Amino acid sequence: MHKLKQSLFISLWFVFLTFPLLVIRVDTLNKVVEWRWRNMWYVAAGAFVLSLAWRHFLEKSGRVMPQGFTVSEGKEEFLRWVRAHTQIRKGGMVLAAAFLLLSPFFLSTYHTNVMTTALIYIVLGLGLNIIVGLTGLLNLGYVAFYAVGAYCYALLNHHFGVGFWTALPLGVLAGSIAGVLLALPVVRLRGDYLAIVTLGFGEITRLILENWNEFSFGPSGISHISPPGFFGINLGVRANTSYIYFLMLGFCFFTIFMVRRLQDSRVGRAWIAIREDETASQAMGIDAARAKITAFAIGAGWAGAMGVVFAAKTTFINPASFNFIESAMILSIVVLGGIGSIGGIILAALLLILLPEYLRVFSDYRMLIFGSAMVVMMIFRPQGILPYVRRSYEFHLQNDPTGQVK
Amino acid sequence: MKPVMEVKQLEMNFGGLKALHGVDLRVAEGEIVAVIGPNGAGKTTLFNCLAGVYEPAAGDIFIHPPVGGTRRINGLKSHKIAELGLARTFQNIRLFPRMTVLENIMVGRHCRTRAGVVNALMRDKKTCQEEKEIVHHSYGLLEKIGLSEYVNELADNLPYGAQRRLEIARALATGPFLLLLDEPAAGMNPQETKELEVLVRRLRSEEGLAILLIEHDMKLVMSLCDRICVMDYGEKIAEGAPAEVRANPEVIRAYLGEDDHA
Repeated sequence: MHKLKQSLFISLWFVFLTFPLLVIRVDTLNKVVEWRWRNMWYVAAGAFVLSLAWRHFLEKSGRVMPQGFTVSEGKEEFLRWVRAHTQIRKGGMVLAAAFLLLSPFFLSTYHTNVMTTALIYIVLGLGLNIIVGLTGLLNLGYVAFYAVGAYCYALLNHHFGVGFWTALPLGVLAGSIAGVLLALPVVRLRGDYLAIVTLGFGEITRLILENWNEFSFGPSGISHISPPGFFGINLGVRANTSYIYFLMLGFCFFTIFMVRRLQDSRVGRAWIAIREDETASQAMGIDAARAKITAFAIGAGWAGAMGVVFAAKTTFINPASFNFIESAMILSIVVLGGIGSIGGIILAALLLILLPEYLRVFSDYRMLIFGSAMVVMMIFRPQGILPYVRRSYEFHLQNDPTGQVK
Repeated sequence: MKPVMEVKQLEMNFGGLKALHGVDLRVAEGEIVAVIGPNGAGKTTLFNCLAGVYEPAAGDIFIHPPVGGTRRINGLKSHKIAELGLARTFQNIRLFPRMTVLENIMVGRHCRTRAGVVNALMRDKKTCQEEKEIVHHSYGLLEKIGLSEYVNELADNLPYGAQRRLEIARALATGPFLLLLDEPAAGMNPQETKELEVLVRRLRSEEGLAILLIEHDMKLVMSLCDRICVMDYGEKIAEGAPAEVRANPEVIRAYLGEDDHA
């Protein structure tokens, strides 16, 4: 009964809010005011039903909203079941690997390109995860490092004809340097302040690229960037697309491998400790400033590498590719997937890149759907799609502890 | 007995407020010393100065580690101080809530190990060896402190008393010679307090640690400590063995107020 009353109130509120827009229409030609009463009923009924459903699901999810942590049992059980059954997991992995390895041979160039983009975003997500997920530094300007990498290759290629494989390490280096430059002044900042400074950094980078014509060719960008070389052989368009795809696939696995190693190391633990409690981590002998700068350098290095790949893949870049929406997208991948969770980030990157690509019909509503999906996620599953499970250690005998992963 | 830490004429100001004024303190090898005093007396400020959270305005803090020479640690960063062998716990528990119990302690080993990013990526033999050493050492501490049943539990899910003990274990992992405990018994029930007392005594006898603690539980302080230092309004008003301090009229006045109004 209480629920009904609340929903009724909400629907009334919505009617009030939308009244001027949806009900009243002033017809300036005939100089009459048109009253579209029917719309009001639609809004009222819609708001009422949605509000009821919303309340129902909130209740079902365990009503632990204030604490901010809700775990829907069913899904969790499923995840545990998958984790427990190694055969199923292995089978799934083999299937996925087969698909990934064979897809360029039966998919069209367009689809392969889309897949490559998704892979780039997986790596970007994993790179940002080091900064945001592990170290807990909210970075809203990550795309700046991506831009630095891309322009590094584009400019070197344009002026000096430097090839992809030479530019790749240079891109990593340039990204890392940019990361350290940003990290040096912001190591003392926390939370919102850090977010604002990084946001500013991202925008400044984009504005410089847009306005410094002599350096970056302004909004018109740089074209005719060489695609990655393949032992000096000139590949056709199709073969080249597949080549970049496999390159990215290798990169992706390399990144996963590296990030996993980092997570389970002394450095990784220091990062997580800083995220959890900076003061306590310092009292435990962690040099927080140094660890943060390292995190920025490594995370930014990955973005730099991806920038080089991106420039080589599209052969044309301009500042429009590096606006704030890109940063927000990469951040959403990390948050949606589950902070710190590699599997979650892969899944979220695939969802966020592939779904909009294949649901072009709804492209007008993309941001709307995206926004509401984020809100729903934050309320029902704030820990992400695949939350990070802490590594656990198994101890066999009381006196013979061997640190083995379970 | 040889002192492990000496504080001389320590001053600390917050704006116009003299939070610490001419505080002297000496902790000897294997000694358990308590700092007591009414709320706002400057006890935690003193701790924060010792642990490198604040830089004292004047005065000296000297440490005499068992290995290595005497050092003045005024204004050193907290991580440096932890590395030199002063480990602390916090008044309101500050564990790493979403790390497991074992990982919490493993973080404490940070300043005693060296592996960097490159080592983490390469995972060479030395790094693996070091990682193994960290796990073993941490697990050993966990057993010592009686929390081995919780190894893979998230620190956040531990009962309150266990969280307090875990914080001590984490501090021990940094390999200190002096342990600073900020209200270790706060919020504990009598049973847990008793266990804590046993634990602190054991740390002294088995590890040879000196312990400096802030505590409000007078029963615990009186039975546990060798020496008590009483503070009020940022100054040390009394120091001595528990019995002496208990009988000191200054102390009674600080705690119960002036006689003449009564």
